[in-house]
Amino acid sequence: MPDGATSVLDVRDLKTVFRTRSGEVHAVNSVSFHLRPGELLGVVGESGSGKSVTMMSLLGLLPSPPAEVREGQVMFEGKNLLRCTEDHLRSVRGARIGFVFQDPMTSLNPVFTVGFQLREPLMKHMGLSKSAAQKRAAELLDLVGIPDARRRLGDFPHQFSGGMRQRVMIAIALACDPKVLIADEPTTALDVTIQAQILELVRDLRQKLGMAIVWITHDLGVIAGIADRVMVMYGGQVAEQAPVKDLFANPQHPYTRALLRTIPHVTGARAEKLNVIEGQPPILYRHPEACPFAARCPQAFDRCLRQNPPRIPVAAAGHDVACFWDFATGAPRDV
Amino acid sequence: MSDGGLPTGGPSARKLVEVRNLKMHFPIYAGLFRTRVGEVKAVDGVSFDIYEGETLGLVGESGCGKSTCGRAVLRLYEPTSGSIRIDGREIATAGFETLRKMRPTMQMVFQDPQASLNPRMTVAAIIGEPLDEHTSLSKAEKLARIYELMDAVGLNRNFANRYPHAFSGGQRQRIGIARALALNPRFIVCDEPIAALDVSIQAQVVNLLEELQEKLGLTYLFISHDLSMVRHIADRVAVMYLGKIVELAPRDALYARPLHPYTQALLSAVPEPDPNIEERRRRIILRGDVPSPANPPKGCNFCTRCPKVMPVCRDVEPAFAEVEPGRFTACHLYDATIMKTAGETAAPEAQSTSDKVQQGA
Repeated sequence: MPDGATSVLDVRDLKTVFRTRSGEVHAVNSVSFHLRPGELLGVVGESGSGKSVTMMSLLGLLPSPPAEVREGQVMFEGKNLLRCTEDHLRSVRGARIGFVFQDPMTSLNPVFTVGFQLREPLMKHMGLSKSAAQKRAAELLDLVGIPDARRRLGDFPHQFSGGMRQRVMIAIALACDPKVLIADEPTTALDVTIQAQILELVRDLRQKLGMAIVWITHDLGVIAGIADRVMVMYGGQVAEQAPVKDLFANPQHPYTRALLRTIPHVTGARAEKLNVIEGQPPILYRHPEACPFAARCPQAFDRCLRQNPPRIPVAAAGHDVACFWDFATGAPRDV
Repeated sequence: MSDGGLPTGGPSARKLVEVRNLKMHFPIYAGLFRTRVGEVKAVDGVSFDIYEGETLGLVGESGCGKSTCGRAVLRLYEPTSGSIRIDGREIATAGFETLRKMRPTMQMVFQDPQASLNPRMTVAAIIGEPLDEHTSLSKAEKLARIYELMDAVGLNRNFANRYPHAFSGGQRQRIGIARALALNPRFIVCDEPIAALDVSIQAQVVNLLEELQEKLGLTYLFISHDLSMVRHIADRVAVMYLGKIVELAPRDALYARPLHPYTQALLSAVPEPDPNIEERRRRIILRGDVPSPANPPKGCNFCTRCPKVMPVCRDVEPAFAEVEPGRFTACHLYDATIMKTAGETAAPEAQSTSDKVQQGA
């Protein structure tokens, strides 16, 4: 389990519930994770697995109602972000924790210039004067690889292409030199060749700036390329957590294993038939008393329906899995 | 690009779809009087064949014209010029009534299952609509056919009277597929049928499409930006860039040894779900963005981003030609006369004998 002293961000037992007309939806259930300085944590999961909601909950970015962060603790710089004042939260958001959203089309304000949107956090959080902020803004655009940065500060978001807009988003998130950058599906809306550019940029920036990154995606290929550690989410819970190589070489959760088998590759042998995960992801109308994956799991046995598995450490260091089945022995785990 | 340059198929291979020099230009109007100031060349001279029973994958980045091409082939748009023959009959210039009679043979599965199903119609009504339009079945026969189709795509018959909102994305796509199958078509254009679905659901839909193809002998044009999925489902693959097909080849050959620099870059950009491979991989990172199709560059369309660009590329448009048996590409690197005058040897030619490619279909 995480060592609080060396983590920049430490999340414990986070629980987020949405109140809807058809009842409560338990989107995030007892999620715990930590982030070490300078590491890149990949968070994978299908839509509805709770990966975005988890990260939005950390910074109070979810509209309440309907959302309610019911339990948990988020330690950042010695303070619990779930219990602190709105002012403190505002001083953290965009300053020491940066956020990059999925859709670069809708997350920039269309009626302000890119320069204005870049200067805003610099003047608010860092107290820079307008001219100093302007200078820094140009540096930032240059840093994320936008040519002719100084001139482009006066342009509006619609004058940029999708890939360029995502670069602008990254520049805004980086503006105040954050310790943590949370990137929510930052390349999903982009084409593969542009995605390759952005991934290259992030690798490069990590070396230059050394911040910790949480990278949310549903693309295991992207994760394999950039992450140090991976957290697989399913049904609002952490199904498995491991260093990247360990996860791909030795997946322990039946969901992770199925996911890795179901995706086709561009190299290597081509399967005659794709492996399928039968069924649908669950909708969580109550707190899960059973394993959320049990209905689709080929390994499920009676205990999986009675008890929600806790996260159990496995042989390799830093690898844990929320599953009662042990693939190594081919029998239920003794826990 | 004279005859569209296509592989001569085996003895049993019959061309079901023949597209020649298809152009689809959209006019741009501007100014106070809405005068025509130019045109977006969404599809600009595309030629390909699809053999009976095969799947042709059409890949490319967003905005390259692949969806427009798919729609124009079914004449959901009025093509600017070119010829489209499906099962030997001309589609591009056919009159309204003739075209309507041909519609049952060619159908489409759309990208967004949310937007392509009428929210006010029940599943039975959606699947039955083509039957209302094109057949004179009795009510009971129609219902029997609807149930048969629902079984075929793996939907529970009991849900026939539900509305689309009650279904998940994967199930909605099955409804769309059932509707496309209603009239026993021979050719289906699948326009990004899995792009809106989750990874674990994508495989279910792709397997369904493959099973149906086997059972009913369907021919697909499978449009997608997902290169790994296309590798799985397609027999031959066409790569589009800025309104043109830059490469067309049998699937295995294309993925093993892409010829066109754009195909090479595209394939190298696809992330592989394996950290060991990712570590070793050498990526070709393309600089810049795709130029606007309203104002494509002079010469080769790809010359603004091509890592192997030569002076001739900025001047002369390369012809789409067969460079190896069954493999077509539009690139000066494979043009012997140009490479000779450039004082270089056409190195890629040397490998062609060692890598015999399989013919289409």
